Amino acid sequence: MVKLIAKSPCDGLLPLTIGAATLTEVETGPITSISPFKGQEKAVSEALKAAHGTAFPAPNRTTAKDAARLIWSGRGQALMLGAVPQIESAALTDQSDAWCCVEIAGDGVQDVLARVTPVDTRAMKRGHTARTLVQHINVALTRTGKDRFEVMAMRSMAQTLVHDLQRAMSGVAARG
Amino acid sequence: MRLTCPLCGERDRREFYYQGEAVMLDRPAPDAGDEAWDAYLHLRDNAAGETQDLWCHEAGCGAWIKVTRNTVTHEVLKTELVAK
Repeated sequence: MVKLIAKSPCDGLLPLTIGAATLTEVETGPITSISPFKGQEKAVSEALKAAHGTAFPAPNRTTAKDAARLIWSGRGQALMLGAVPQIESAALTDQSDAWCCVEIAGDGVQDVLARVTPVDTRAMKRGHTARTLVQHINVALTRTGKDRFEVMAMRSMAQTLVHDLQRAMSGVAARG
Repeated sequence: MRLTCPLCGERDRREFYYQGEAVMLDRPAPDAGDEAWDAYLHLRDNAAGETQDLWCHEAGCGAWIKVTRNTVTHEVLKTELVAK
């Protein structure tokens, strides 16, 4: 029997520390997209509450309970991380291994993000999320703490994402 | 230029894709005749002043948005979701 070795999207690229900022890979667990069927938004939210203790997140918001996290990811869509949704009345698509997730943290992390994304991260509170860009890459940007953000991009963009963030971190560090 | 996505809030123009005039939403009946279909597909007013056009928030939530704006003053007057 061949023994397969799991390779994470940022394998060999992370972790990185430049100046005050650190960039690390996040192990998300299973990822499933949840798109409630037409008119079933309320029912899906109730079902999620019953099965996982978390409601369907409002736009630009996240919800969490124990290991399960829900991140709003577009019109009528959210991603469940860390658990597999046990619900009906929604289109569920397994997207595990399709995303790469990195955490950027440290003093001045917002200066780093300001170099690569058009959203104002100062206006985001903990638990807020935004579908936006990092340079040319579509991402889901979530604030997870005071100086802590998570960036999710498609796995195929992992190397470019790390490259772009690394350059921004170096730029901010060079200014002292 | 910044557009207010009804879902995501005010966002930079580069997150959006421009489709064209919002007349695309008023599709004629299949038997409306050649003239109506020709006008629907090919004829545009190119107005100086208030226009309505369709933008897709492609680097954001993916929603289609009908934007009312003024091409002379560059004011963005209103944005609404195409899907109700």
